[in-house]
Amino acid sequence: MIGSRAKQPFRFASCMELREILGKRALDEARLLEIIEEAPADSIYYHTHSCYLRHPYSQGLYPNDFATWVALQGQDSVLGERLGILDPFEFDDIERFRVSILTIIADHLSRLGTVPRSTTGEPFEFVRSHVIEADLDLQAWTLREFREALAHVEVGAVYNHVCEARLRKGRLSGDFADWLSAEDGLGLPDLATQVAKVGRLGLSLEGMRARIVRLCDRAMSTGSSR
Amino acid sequence: MSTVLDGAAVGSLLEQYREVAPQGTVDFLRRLARQVAGIRMLNVNSTRQGGGVAEILQRLLPLLDELEVKTRWEVVTGSEVFYKTTKSFHNALQGTKQRITAEMYEAYLECNRENAKRLNLDAEVTMIHDPQPAALIHSRPQGAKWIWRCHIDLSVPQPAVWQFLRPYVVRYDAAVFSLPRFAQRLPIPQFLVHPSIDPLSDKNRELTAEEVDRILHGLGVPRDKPIILQVSRFDRFKDPVGVVEAYRLIKKSHDCRLVLAGGTATDDPEGAEVLAEVQEAAGADPDVHLLLLPPTANLEINALQRAATVVFQKSTREGFGLTVAEAMWKGKPVIGGATGGIMVQVIPGETGYTVSSPEGAAFYTKRLLNEPDRMAAMGRQAKEYVRHRFLITRHLQDYLALIIHLCRGAQ
Repeated sequence: MIGSRAKQPFRFASCMELREILGKRALDEARLLEIIEEAPADSIYYHTHSCYLRHPYSQGLYPNDFATWVALQGQDSVLGERLGILDPFEFDDIERFRVSILTIIADHLSRLGTVPRSTTGEPFEFVRSHVIEADLDLQAWTLREFREALAHVEVGAVYNHVCEARLRKGRLSGDFADWLSAEDGLGLPDLATQVAKVGRLGLSLEGMRARIVRLCDRAMSTGSSR
Repeated sequence: MSTVLDGAAVGSLLEQYREVAPQGTVDFLRRLARQVAGIRMLNVNSTRQGGGVAEILQRLLPLLDELEVKTRWEVVTGSEVFYKTTKSFHNALQGTKQRITAEMYEAYLECNRENAKRLNLDAEVTMIHDPQPAALIHSRPQGAKWIWRCHIDLSVPQPAVWQFLRPYVVRYDAAVFSLPRFAQRLPIPQFLVHPSIDPLSDKNRELTAEEVDRILHGLGVPRDKPIILQVSRFDRFKDPVGVVEAYRLIKKSHDCRLVLAGGTATDDPEGAEVLAEVQEAAGADPDVHLLLLPPTANLEINALQRAATVVFQKSTREGFGLTVAEAMWKGKPVIGGATGGIMVQVIPGETGYTVSSPEGAAFYTKRLLNEPDRMAAMGRQAKEYVRHRFLITRHLQDYLALIIHLCRGAQ
């Protein structure tokens, strides 16, 4: 029920990324393809997800580093667009995401006579991230408390509970939706379903936060989320 | 909802950042720091005053202390030969050919040995800044984590100097660079930490309109027309002549002023030569202002950036280029050269534009001057981008994360 109190509270935890330079760099799209094939999964994750944290209030050129680099440095707008449309929330496994990227680049290169390279001399630098999490000692027992906390929490918490929860922790609906639907949470499956879909909209983290807050407001005003 | 904001003492230094850092950052820093509370951290560099490293340590260490990381700061001292040698190292590691004799290498090592005896190196985590104290690694206490924080661009070092230094660097637990392309191939983990600006420093704090007017008046720069500004040393890599060329192209259609503000490094014999070239390019144009400012002119730079309409950093080669973040923090779109750290700071079309020629710089400046609403929106985006990515609070997060990561690995 909308006004009910959960048996277990939602505990907000935020996170940040410590970035490790891998020392692998590509100056053209063929080398980019080779390194994507062999790079650690944490690196593919970093270059396809961390853009949310780096641009929490806006979306940059494309939502992943590969698309942005080929478009800006390689001046290859076609490949940029093909990679840019990839939706990280469509994949439930980073290896499947990696295969999709590889397939697109390989297909693109097979149609070209020459391999596009960085026109500015700036290489694509492979990085991976180590996530450092911190409990915020912030708990919500009701939908109103959840909404209020979410509206004001550090944006890394949105990343942690939406992005990190999905691919690195295997909670595919994300922590918010899991708690909203759980029996010992708020038991609001309809609202949970809508919240789980927010990632697919192509929003920035702040955009996701605003959308989920609005969904909570709507549920509270109509009182009909079950 | 229940929340505990412990440690948020009224009047604390960290609390002053609550209004300027992204929402929730100060609370997150306090939570993060709990994981390493009480840890003793030592920083070692070669100067307490002057230069970017000393400046950032002066501002970061009190904040770390407030977060209960017990910091100490030691400074290596040495003979004249030592300083001459490390200056040559600095230039050689950044790709300028230097002649370094066997005696100079020996003086470097001897000085590091003497400092190792003199300094208190007892700490759980030690961050050694730049090459000057790098050889102190030989005196690392058992079990301590040592990090080599390299603030310079090591991408194309003079091989002999790098061969000399590398055996010391590989003994560290980790290295930290400001950009991936500054790093070298090493068998130790290398982390990425961008430098930062302090929004509360004289160079970046809010100024009133009266303060800006007064300072610009003092500098002899009227505010009667749009100001295009570049703040940088008179150095060929900063392309000041290219900036004058761009200004001439803009001036054909838009009345404006150009301000080139900067100094010449005392150790840079090319500086005076480049300044003469810029003076010749500027000619007798009364709308071109060449300002030679001392390194302490922080308020002047702040006021110029706030008074500017568009800010250039038209470098052809650049380190990190923090003047870009400084200008963006003041809500200015930046037109920068497509090189180095400028490309991390300027998101084309969103926080400014990256260009490869005077023509490109002129083209985008005209576009911005023609569309003041777009320019204002871009300036707002620029400020938000800096808030999230290039403020000292993010720098603190990165250092805390690094300490947590290294100490966890040690458990």
